[in-house]
Order: sequence, then C-alpha cells, then structure tokens
Amino acid sequence: MQEILGVPAPLLFGQLLIGLINGSFYALLSLGLAVIFGVLNVINFAHGALYMMGAFVAWLLLHHLGIGYWPSLLVAPLIVGVFGIVIERTMLSRLYDLDHLYGLLLTFGLALIIEGTFINFYGVSGQPYAPPEILTGGHNLGFMFLPTYRAWVIVASLIVCIGTWLLVERTRLGAYLRAAVENRELVRAFGINVPLMMTLTYGFAVALAAFAGVLAAPVYTVSPIMGQHLIIVVFAIVVIGGLGSILGSILTGLGIGIVEGLTKTFYPEASSTVVFVIMAIVLILRPNGLFGRPRE
Amino acid sequence: MSIKSVALASTALAALAAMVGAAQADISDNVVKIGVLNDRSGLYADLSGEGSVVAARMAVEDFGGKVGDADIEVVSADHQNKPDVGSSIAREWIDQDGVDVIVDVPTSSVALAVQQVTSEKDTAFLDSGAGSTALTNDQCAPTFVHWTYDTYAMSVGTGKAVVEQGGKSWFFLTADYAFGHQLEKDTSAVVKENGGEVLGSVNHPLSTSDFSSFLLQAQASGADVIGLANAGGDTTNAIKQANSFGIVQGGQKLAALLGFITDVDALGLDVAQGLTLTTGFYWDRTDETREFADRFAEKMNGQKPTMVQAGVYSAVTHYLKAVDEIDDDGGEAVVTQMKKMPINDFFAENGKIREDGRMVHDMYLVEVKSPDQSEGKWDYYNIVKTIPGDEAFQPLDKGSCKLVSN
Amino acid sequence: MTDTTSNVELSDDTFRRHRLAGYLIAAIGIAALAVAPFLGIYPIFLMKLLCFALFACAFNLMLGYVGLLSFGHAAFFGMAAYVAGHAVKVWGIGTVFGIAAGTLTAGIMGLVFGAIAIRQKGIYFAMITLALAQMVFFFCLQAPFTHGEDGIQGIPRGTVFGLIDLRDTLTMYYFVAVIFAAGFFVLHRTVHSPFGQALKGIRENEPRMISLGYPVALLKVLAFTMSAAITGLAGATKAIVFQSATLTDVNWHMSGEVVLMTLIGGMGTILGPVAGAGIVIALQNYLSTIGSWVTVVMGAIFVICVLTFRRGIVGEILARTRR
Repeated sequence: MQEILGVPAPLLFGQLLIGLINGSFYALLSLGLAVIFGVLNVINFAHGALYMMGAFVAWLLLHHLGIGYWPSLLVAPLIVGVFGIVIERTMLSRLYDLDHLYGLLLTFGLALIIEGTFINFYGVSGQPYAPPEILTGGHNLGFMFLPTYRAWVIVASLIVCIGTWLLVERTRLGAYLRAAVENRELVRAFGINVPLMMTLTYGFAVALAAFAGVLAAPVYTVSPIMGQHLIIVVFAIVVIGGLGSILGSILTGLGIGIVEGLTKTFYPEASSTVVFVIMAIVLILRPNGLFGRPRE
Repeated sequence: MSIKSVALASTALAALAAMVGAAQADISDNVVKIGVLNDRSGLYADLSGEGSVVAARMAVEDFGGKVGDADIEVVSADHQNKPDVGSSIAREWIDQDGVDVIVDVPTSSVALAVQQVTSEKDTAFLDSGAGSTALTNDQCAPTFVHWTYDTYAMSVGTGKAVVEQGGKSWFFLTADYAFGHQLEKDTSAVVKENGGEVLGSVNHPLSTSDFSSFLLQAQASGADVIGLANAGGDTTNAIKQANSFGIVQGGQKLAALLGFITDVDALGLDVAQGLTLTTGFYWDRTDETREFADRFAEKMNGQKPTMVQAGVYSAVTHYLKAVDEIDDDGGEAVVTQMKKMPINDFFAENGKIREDGRMVHDMYLVEVKSPDQSEGKWDYYNIVKTIPGDEAFQPLDKGSCKLVSN
Repeated sequence: MTDTTSNVELSDDTFRRHRLAGYLIAAIGIAALAVAPFLGIYPIFLMKLLCFALFACAFNLMLGYVGLLSFGHAAFFGMAAYVAGHAVKVWGIGTVFGIAAGTLTAGIMGLVFGAIAIRQKGIYFAMITLALAQMVFFFCLQAPFTHGEDGIQGIPRGTVFGLIDLRDTLTMYYFVAVIFAAGFFVLHRTVHSPFGQALKGIRENEPRMISLGYPVALLKVLAFTMSAAITGLAGATKAIVFQSATLTDVNWHMSGEVVLMTLIGGMGTILGPVAGAGIVIALQNYLSTIGSWVTVVMGAIFVICVLTFRRGIVGEILARTRR
C-alpha cells in the first residue's frame, strides 16, 4: 500500500474528503456570519445558537407535526429566519451606530437565552433524527466508504454557498448590498430602504445558519449545546478569511475543514486548536485576513 | 488594625466557632439537612440534575420525613460544572446553612474540590454522579462514599464481556481528558489479561462534533472492537456516525465504555441497538426497581431514573438509616456507621461500603434492544449478565487509598 | 479656553474636591473591606468576589482605558492559578512566593501576547488574543502538571512567611483583602498617572498621540503586561482561596465572564468592574438554587444591559450625578 508521511494513501484521501464535508458546514455558517458583519457591522455571536435552533425546529416539526426532512429543509430556516428578523427589528437595529462590542455582547446574551431555554425544555443529551430514506446507505469509493448523506451535504451546501455568492456579486440586489456596506448613508440618499435591506439580510443569514442546522441534524445529535463549540471556530474562520469577505469565508471554511481533517490524522489532540494557530499566524502576517481589504 | 491584631481577633473567633461546633455532639440544630449539589444546566443535567433532587426528596418522604425527632430537609444547587462554584456552595452550605450531607456531585473536578471541603469540615459526602476513581484512591477521605459507579467498573465490565464474546483486537477512540485516558488504560489492561490485544488508539479533543476522521482510522486498523473511551455527546456522536459510515455493518463492534441510558435515549434504538455497556442500575430489572421507577417517572414527566438518580435515592436512604442508628450527623461518624451496615434495597443487594469509601454492589452488563424488541420509550436494555460487585470494582489491594490498612 | 484664569481656578477647586471625595471613598472602601465579614456576608463568597473584582479591574485597564477588548484574559487568570498552585503544592515555596510566581508568569505571558497582538485593532485584537488564549488552554490540557480536567486539587493555604496562618478563614480573608487593596491601588495610581493619561489619549485619538511623539505601541504593550500581571495576581490568589486550579479558569468562557462583569459595572470607571463582579458572582451564587434557568437569566441581563444602560451601573450613576 502506498504511504504518504507514514499514513496509507487511501486513508489520507478519505481524510481529505471528510475534511471537505466538514468544511462545507463551516462554509455555510461562516458565510452567514460574514454577510451579517459586512452589511450590519455586527458580530453575530448567536449564530451557533441559531444553527442549533434550525436543527431543533426540524426535530420539533417531525416530532409534533410529522413534517419530514425535505419540507423541514425549507420550513425550519423560514421559521428561524423570521425569529431572526424579530431580533433584528427589536434589538440589533438599535446598536448599529455603536462599537462592535455591543453587538457582540447582545448576541452573546441572546445565545445564552436561546440555549438555556432549549436546555430547560429538552435537556442536554440530545434527540435522535434519522436521515431520509433515500439518503441512507453509502458508496464504496475504493479508498473509503462514503455515506450518501455526507455526499448530499457537500452538494447542498456548495449550491447554497455559490448561490449566495452569485446573489451578492451578480444581481442588482447584491449591488445595493455591497454599496450599503461601503456607504450606508449614500445608498439611503439614493432612495433605497436601507433598514429594510438590513433586516432582510439578517433574516437571510440566520436562515442560512438554520439550514446548516437542519443539514447537520441527521449527522450529529440534535442537542441544545451543539452550537456552543462551533461558534468560536466559525468565528475564527471568518476572521481568517477576512471579516466581511463572502468568498473569503466560503473558501476558508472549506480550507479549514481540510486542515482539521489532516490534523486529525497527524496530531489528533490538536485538531480543535489548529484553527486558532492558523488564525494567529494569519493575523500576524496579514492583519486583514486572507481575503479582506483594509477597512477602518 | 495591624496584621497581628487581625490575626489575634480572628484566632479568637475561630476558637469560639470551634467551641460552638464542639457543643453539638448529636444531630446539629435538630435538623438533618441534605444538600443535592449537581449540574442543572450543562452536560450532566439530564443524568443527574433535577432528577437527583426528586430522588433525594422521595428518599426522605419514604423514610417518613423525620429521623428520631429531627426534621429532614433537602436543599439543592447548580454547580455549573465549575469547581470553584461547587466548592464555595459546599462551604457555604456547611458553614452557614447547616447542611449535614452533600450528595450527587457529577463532574470529577467539582467532586474532587468538594471532597476537600467535606473532609476538612467533617461532613458526609455521598457521590453518585462523578466517575473518577481518584475519589477512592489518592484523594480518598473518611467522610466519603462513592455510591453508584466509577470509570473502572464501567469500562472493565464492558471490556471483559466483549473480549469473552470474541472481540479480541481493540482500537480506542479516547477523549483527550484524564477520564478518557483512565478508561482506555483500565480497559486495555483487562483486554490483555483476557487474551485480547490493543491495536492502537486515537485521542480526540473533548466535544468533537465530527468523528468521521477518527472512525476512518479505527476502520483502517481492522480491529474487531472500537472502544469509545469518552462520554456524553462525544459517545453519541461517535456511535451515530459509525453507523452511517457502515462500520457496524462492516463487522466491527462498538463498545461504549461510559454509556448512560440518557445517551441511548439521545441516539434512538435504530442507531444504538446491539451496543454493549455496563450500568449500575436499570429500572426494568425487578419489581422493586419498576415500582420506584414508576413513582419517579410520575414526578419527572415520564422520565425513568438513571443509575445516578437511583443511586442518590439509595445513598440518602442508607445515610438516614445510619443517622437514625447512632443519633449523630457528624460526617465521619455517620460514614463509619454506614460502612458497618449492609445495603439492601432495590438498588443494591448486599451492597457494602469498603474502607476506601467505595460502595460495592453488582453491576449489570446490558445490550441495547432493537426497535422491535422495545415496547416504548425507556424500554432500552436487555440484561445480559450480572457482574458481582467484587469483580466489578477495582480491588482494594490495587488501590492507593491511605485509609486502607494493609 | 477663553478664560484661562477661572478655568484653572475651577479645575483646582474641583481637583481638591475630587481628591477629598477620593479619600472619602477610599476610607469607606477600606472600612467596608474590614467589617464585611462581620455583616453576615459569607467570607468565602467575599474572597471570591474580591478575586474576580480585581480580575475585572485589571481587565478594565485594557478595555476601559486603552479601548482594546481582550478576549484572552482567562489565559493569564488560569495559568497564574496553575503556576501558583503547583509552586505551593509541589515545590512548597510558600504561599506568598507562589502567588508572586503566578503573577510573574502572567506578566511575562502578557508581555509576549502584547508584543504579538498590539498592532491589531478592534475585533482583530479580540480575535488574536482569543487565539493565543486557546493555545494556552491547549497547553494546560496537555501539560502533565495541570492534571487534565481534575485540576490541581488540595493546594495548601500555608502561611505568610511562617508568621500568619492562613488556614483560618477570617485570616485568609484579610490576606485576600490586602492583596485586593494593593492591586486596586496600583491600578488606580496607574490610571491617574501620566502613563494612564497617555493611555486615555490613545483611546480617544491614536493618530494624534503618535504625531505628538508618544511611543504608542510600547505604551500599549506595557499596559497589557500590567493588566495581565494583575489578572495573574487575582488568579493566583483565587487558587489559594479555593485550594484548586482547574481548566474552568483557562476556558474562553471565563474571558467572556470578565467582559460581562466590566460591562455591567461600567467600563472605564474605577469602581464599575468591582460592582460588576459583585453582581455576577452574587447571581452565580444565589441563582444556583433555581436550577437550569441560570443561563437564561444571565443572558437576559446581558441583553438588558446592552439595550438600556450601556454605561454600566457605576457609569450610569456617575453620568446622572454629573448632570
């Protein structure tokens, strides 16, 4: 068997592919964070909690209303997105002119409330959620066994990521958004309803997090604390990619997934720390992140 | 005030306090106060949490609410899995509120911190929720009883049984924490003792959400058995993902070395079926256990008791009996008395407390039912084998407790 | 600046009044520290409060006076606790030297962290400190002397140079109170020194300070080192009080908690962090009986704080009395 650095080659390919799958989760989440930061100038610490909420809403829909995976993939993000819109309208919108710090603290508090409430009603152990029939099973790729559901995760998240990127970069709506990022006042002066745009942006980004949550439900245990550890990793990814850079966050998300996968092979103990090492190095060498532009 | 006079004043006060303390030879304040200290909002909230408080209350009610003519009270608090929070609550309870016994306390670091306080202040400490064997080894204390389980009993029971069933070669997925390494070490020893071999292991960070990388490594090792030396969300995620990666279907077997019934509930029987694990209590074992579980479930929205919660009931009951016997609630005095009396209730048959504070009782090797076998929620286990207490726990002569005379 | 003379007179007068008020507050503070254990407040709780209050004050030096949010202060707090615990328990170098060792370690770490992070601003500064702190967490998890998640337990309280026995709770309390007062005094003097004024200048307008010829980066690193060292002092003392040092103290949640304390109390005020620490610690302590709602209540306080009184409690009081 061929070996690369003492690890059999097929195993290494497997790790790369798995890294890519995890990376696509990261990409979905960091994409939302990046969009929110770019447009609202808020660091959304509640992103992990909202991701959890997406998974939980899917479970609740199944458990109480018998609504299955496919409808949930649409309905759960909608519900969580509306929840996000309410948060934005009632709380976040008051903080736009203040330091980042306040947005971060507010959303941190919200994350505690959301997680605490779910823990109170459903406990921490988690709830089972099975993948839909059609996505069970898997294929033997020769170098590894790939579960069908994991393949679907890559496809689904890449479609959504690329779709979002195209929406922002190639459409008129996206042009407004980018303009609002540059100069909110100017865009307002052109008669565009900036507050509405910001509300919808937040709702949309939150729905992305919830979508990731539903995708994750059959892979991980649906538990109120599933987003807790994820949030600072995703956060680090956005910073590495360059705050506010959409393409940067997608590519970095995928990249970090792969790096983590490799770390799990060569130095598994450090696999949850490696992202921070990378972040420190990147920030020292490129203070605005890999894809970020200098901003004030 | 100079430092000297402060010191003087405080010494005088301390002496006064000591005198007050010495004056109470029998049950202090004529109240026996039980403090249930556990995790109410974090990782272990489901297996201990509110359920343990309910169990302690039930034990008090069943005892009649009084010891002699002293009232019994139950108080509870959340240690948030933080050792400093846990130990300051324990101190405050003992110093200010007159708590006489502290029960449950999951999370090893918190239990060890509380152990310091209770042994210093001569207060009984009955741990049901924590798994660390250090509590009855290097850190053992004459005021302490470890009631329900420890990492040794959980892992060794499962390890031995699996080897006997033909799982000769092992690969470990180990949580990179002290308890994970301990589980791996104890299990490896028993695997080798019984003629098996350990092919390798991989340490993963605590609270990893994706296990597929590690599972691929385990798969590539070709081992018969993948031992999960981790707990809670890590165990459930690993099992769930092993299932989707076709590991079980490929002929490898999983062994959860520290699995609880709440983990099985979180996984669902579809995924968890066939899993082997060791438990100190299963509610559907005898008529007595069922009777207790039904009463418990009534108060807990239908949830059946975990072994930790059942252990709290048993420990509190035994404690009250001992207090009743000697009419004293000083920590060491009661625990000494508890060690003299055998334990016979739904939880333990002929259980006994050893010198090092280990409560020795039978453990049960169980296999998780398939969805067809199960009649509904919480009907999860088939008991495969009863592991006698003397085999289940770490032998006294292999321990390092200073209380054990050689 | 039209009427210079009256301006000087006024500021002279207010200065005198401020100084008087300052002495008064200090006297009240010292008296309060001295009698607190006799007012029925539990001494261990008080000690914990003092440790965290000192932690929050040290943190506030960066956030309130330099305007940099560090999200990695738990590293200093926790590492100092480990070092002090190990030094006292294993090396047996005595309580005072143990605490000094912890403080020194934290100070050196602060110097290193500061040198690496100081060119960053705003959220990038927060993130790089978080990154460094996560590496420290990883180190603490891997290093054998920390005993993993069990932590260092049973650290003896020992004596002060063999003269004063700290095993007695009340004596221990006064020991902690003296440490707190010393740390607080140092911070207070720093803030009001020319160095402190220069820091405030950096917070308000960094380019101007640079053009005025101040070595801005150096000043910031110094402030960060000092903040870290006093954080370490608090952490080391806490390890002695609770006789244990565990991973909780190095976790990033601890960094979040100190932000909360400072924010609730009022950042950029001297007493704010003390008040904030008092509230958070009291909540943790007294809410612990209500079970699983603790997290929700804490979160709600965060939210209310950010939405309604952003200046924090002390900041808000100061703002109202000035009006």
